[in-house]
Amino acid sequence: MSSSRRERRKADPALSDPERLYVITGDPDGSERAALDLVTMVVSKSQPTPTVQPEQAVILRLCQAPLSVAEISAYLSLPFSVVTSLLTELLATELIESRAPIVRATLPDRSLLEAVMHGLQKL
Amino acid sequence: MDFRNSDTITGPRSEDVLPTTATAAVKVVIVGGFGVGKTTMVGSVSEIRPLTTEETMTQAGVGVDDNFGVESKTATTVAMDFGRISISEELILYLFGTPGQERFWFLWNGLFEGALGAVVLIDTRRLEVSFDVIGRLEERGVPFVVAVNTFPDAPNHPVEALRSALDLPDEVPMIDCDARLRASSRDVLMTLMRYLHRLAVPLG
Ligand SMILES: Nc1nc2c(ncn2[C@@H]2O[C@H](COP(=O)(O)OP(=O)(O)OP(=O)(O)O)[C@@H](O)[C@H]2O)c(=O)[nH]1
Ligand SMILES: [Mg+2]
Repeated sequence: MSSSRRERRKADPALSDPERLYVITGDPDGSERAALDLVTMVVSKSQPTPTVQPEQAVILRLCQAPLSVAEISAYLSLPFSVVTSLLTELLATELIESRAPIVRATLPDRSLLEAVMHGLQKL
Repeated sequence: MDFRNSDTITGPRSEDVLPTTATAAVKVVIVGGFGVGKTTMVGSVSEIRPLTTEETMTQAGVGVDDNFGVESKTATTVAMDFGRISISEELILYLFGTPGQERFWFLWNGLFEGALGAVVLIDTRRLEVSFDVIGRLEERGVPFVVAVNTFPDAPNHPVEALRSALDLPDEVPMIDCDARLRASSRDVLMTLMRYLHRLAVPLG
């Protein structure tokens, strides 16, 4: 270990509120257009239509079962932002549906963490 | 990529296809310096072979009006590995391994803010590379645990000496791990979840 020591920064108290916890972002019925996250889950609602781009046809084919935006980006070898713009069009034309991730936010949800711990224990 | 060959793009292997009920996702970020074992940790606990996602980022001109900026901007492609653990039929945990010592990782919108928390993976031979990332996580109020990857030729420092060098508060958990072992990486994630669970208890 080197002799150097980290100097602690001042945390923004607004950001370190211990009660900030988890909330499901976006509207559950999808009426609100939330920004797409790496782990927003995407499922196709339809077969490719003649008007979609080839990349979008691939997305519709791959998303017959749920996939995260990150997985779509990986399988298509396309950058995240390119994938999100392709998905935004597919969402607007209702060819896919998406479910925003559960993110750290303001409402405590210990049951979510308990579910994760239970799942990890089975590994 | 060449989309004339779009028919050849394959998705997950059949055993990796998620059930249609899998609609809730959470993410954890594993952050650490180069070669510290991020990919190894993602791979040891993931149910799928780790995948890679990338993004193009502009390094200069951040925080200024770059439409009129005169400084040159460089576009950088950054890539990160990720893996997946099905927690239940509905809930999926994604793990992202990011070399977060560089500022642009924090520009990847929502990567840290949207995460349940982070694992800071450290190599005791190169502790300084984690100083900056720990500061950034603290600044943003992202809860994290510190996992000490035990390389065979690394000096064996007592945890309390490391805690002091990293200037970590007593409540931040520190745990030794071997990222190559699934059980050890799982224990690191469990340590993070227990810590988050404690933070979830209202203080009043
Ligand atoms: N002994 C030991 N070796 C490890 C451990 N974790 C990783 N390694 C080895 O360290 C090397 C680097 O591991 P990676 O997982 O590729 O590290 P990384 O952080 O993803 O590296 P970059 O993506 O290049 O920054 C590999 O040869 C691993 O086998 C560990 O816990 N113990
Ligand atoms: Mg790696």
